[in-house]
Amino acid sequence: MEKRVRVLVAKPGLDGHDRGAKVVARALRDAGFEVIYTGLRQTPEQIAEAALQEDVNVIALSLLSGAHNHLFPRIVELIRSKGMTDVLMIGGGVIPDSDIPTLKAAGIAEVFTPGTSTVSIIDYINANVK
Amino acid sequence: MNNESLKLKVAEYTAKVEKASAKFPERKNIEYNRLYTPLDLEGMDYERDLGLPGSYPFTRGVQPTMYRGRFWTMRMYAGFSTAEESNKRYRYLLSSGSTGLSCAFDLPTQIGYDSDDAISEGEVGKVGVAIDSLADMEILFDQIDLGKVSTSMTINAPASVLLAMYIAVAEKNGISPDKLNGTIQNDILKEYAARGTYIFPPKPSMRLITNIFEYCSKNVPNWNTISISGYHIREAGSTAAQEIAFTIADGIAYCEAAIKAGLNVDDFAGRLSFFWNAHNNVLEEVAKFRASRRVWAKVMKERFGATNPKSWMLRVHTQTAGSMLTAQQPENNIVRVALQTAAAVMGGTQSLHTNSKDEALALPTEDSVRVALRTQQIVAYESGLADVVDPLAGSYYVEAMTNEIEADAWKYIQKIDDIGGAVVAIEEGYIQREIQDSAYKWQKEVENNDRVIVGVNKFQIEEKPVEGLLRVDASVGELQKKKLADLRAKRDNAAVKAALAKLEVACGDEEINLMPVIMEAVKTYATLGEICGVMRKVFGEYQAHATL
Repeated sequence: MEKRVRVLVAKPGLDGHDRGAKVVARALRDAGFEVIYTGLRQTPEQIAEAALQEDVNVIALSLLSGAHNHLFPRIVELIRSKGMTDVLMIGGGVIPDSDIPTLKAAGIAEVFTPGTSTVSIIDYINANVK
Repeated sequence: MNNESLKLKVAEYTAKVEKASAKFPERKNIEYNRLYTPLDLEGMDYERDLGLPGSYPFTRGVQPTMYRGRFWTMRMYAGFSTAEESNKRYRYLLSSGSTGLSCAFDLPTQIGYDSDDAISEGEVGKVGVAIDSLADMEILFDQIDLGKVSTSMTINAPASVLLAMYIAVAEKNGISPDKLNGTIQNDILKEYAARGTYIFPPKPSMRLITNIFEYCSKNVPNWNTISISGYHIREAGSTAAQEIAFTIADGIAYCEAAIKAGLNVDDFAGRLSFFWNAHNNVLEEVAKFRASRRVWAKVMKERFGATNPKSWMLRVHTQTAGSMLTAQQPENNIVRVALQTAAAVMGGTQSLHTNSKDEALALPTEDSVRVALRTQQIVAYESGLADVVDPLAGSYYVEAMTNEIEADAWKYIQKIDDIGGAVVAIEEGYIQREIQDSAYKWQKEVENNDRVIVGVNKFQIEEKPVEGLLRVDASVGELQKKKLADLRAKRDNAAVKAALAKLEVACGDEEINLMPVIMEAVKTYATLGEICGVMRKVFGEYQAHATL
């Protein structure tokens, strides 16, 4: 039997808005993924450590506070430095279009903005997970 | 027409339109009928269930004349970057006809960290203004007459500290605390359940809240000591009935804590205020506002035995639903906000913030904030909606829906009572799970096209990139760090140390009211992070259990 895809849904920073993260986590679980949700206020170090411990294939970051330009690249860096080079990293939240190229250049594979259907996130993961 | 013949006619009508009787595609959570008639209001008693505006059970409003006396307070929630930048925005809003201030603080401030704390990196000045000490607070309210303006502060876990700073700024300007008007949100229970900016565990948090109730009843009598908030519960995904039920259950918990601490219900209840969401379904929202007043009046009179009519009144601030704004075709948000404004006004709010069209993308620009404020002014002055008190009373539909939402709310309140009250219901995750279930259901309905969101799952266009969004300068963090370093070099550090030591002792003694001790500390220019650090040390921190 094929191993199920493991996804870490994480809330970096101090932002308390987790409606989106929880809805996405639940949709991914319903779609057959193994989902681990970190809860709020995770530092980049905690997220990287959780990803390593849980041996995940995907990290889905959710942030609505505007601190994405600072936090997302920091998390990618830590993940890569721990040798998790295959992990697919995606992000979502209130993120202006103009920030997306910078985040992608930093290693976030895709950014999902408000109004995204959970189906498109599921499809994206299925198409891109290694 | 008597009821028997009406029943026959309604049955005939129903049979005739049976073909069109499919459920409303967008009304899955509460199934309203197609048509309402006097049959739906059988057993209703005008005096008992509605009464006159300004009298029990306040279904028709808390003031006798409502907007014929004066309009609601037009209070725009604002704050970003530094105290200097936010002060400019506040003075702009006041000069544009805003009638009250509403402060948004950044996340480090809301969670009791200084701007130079490592954990604050990247968050300083982002979702609100950064306040590290009394020095920032003095700049924030520079040239604003605190004796005249009323100020609402969205601050919860460290509410005592920010309130102390506000009082200290006023005193410096020669305004005594008894002249101050405003509100602190100070509602920790919904932070655990829906908003996330908690610091301490429930027990010391409830103590801080009751300390504030007691302190203000004696020293700041016109201050609203809490804004018990359904807004964020709704934003997190709840239904209308859940919004008011969970919030009123929180209100019950605060009253019980205060009474347990030895306060008399009528000494604090008149200063409790509420915060509702104005969501998309206009008439359901109007019914929700009306039902909430009736439920709270009964709770206060019957459950807590309050005798002062002011204790029975649910006074409410409202914000239009941020989660209903779309990033797609953002101009459409202006229309959504106008309808939500209409709902809040017909529902009888005391105060209102209207969101700006660009808020699904970023913090609003000055231009989009102006349109949002103008929306309130157009509803107030041009629409006629504010001309008559509780204009929808007597509508078969609105009255039936008011009854239905009230009945649903009581069911939830009963359930929470059975669990052991709101604190236990939150600790056990019951309230969070209910909210999450509703949020997930909503998302599924949107994705299955059972619920249409214009521009998102229907009537889409090729989106153009939005220009001219507000960007918070990344240098804010550095600026605040420098201000803090200067402050720490200049202030009387021995006085700071002494005040913090005194606070630590006081935190450990439940008999002591912490407000005067915190007042002393802020006046030495002890920082927010230092003060909350002492409280963290004594009280510990809340550990949330993430549930899915």
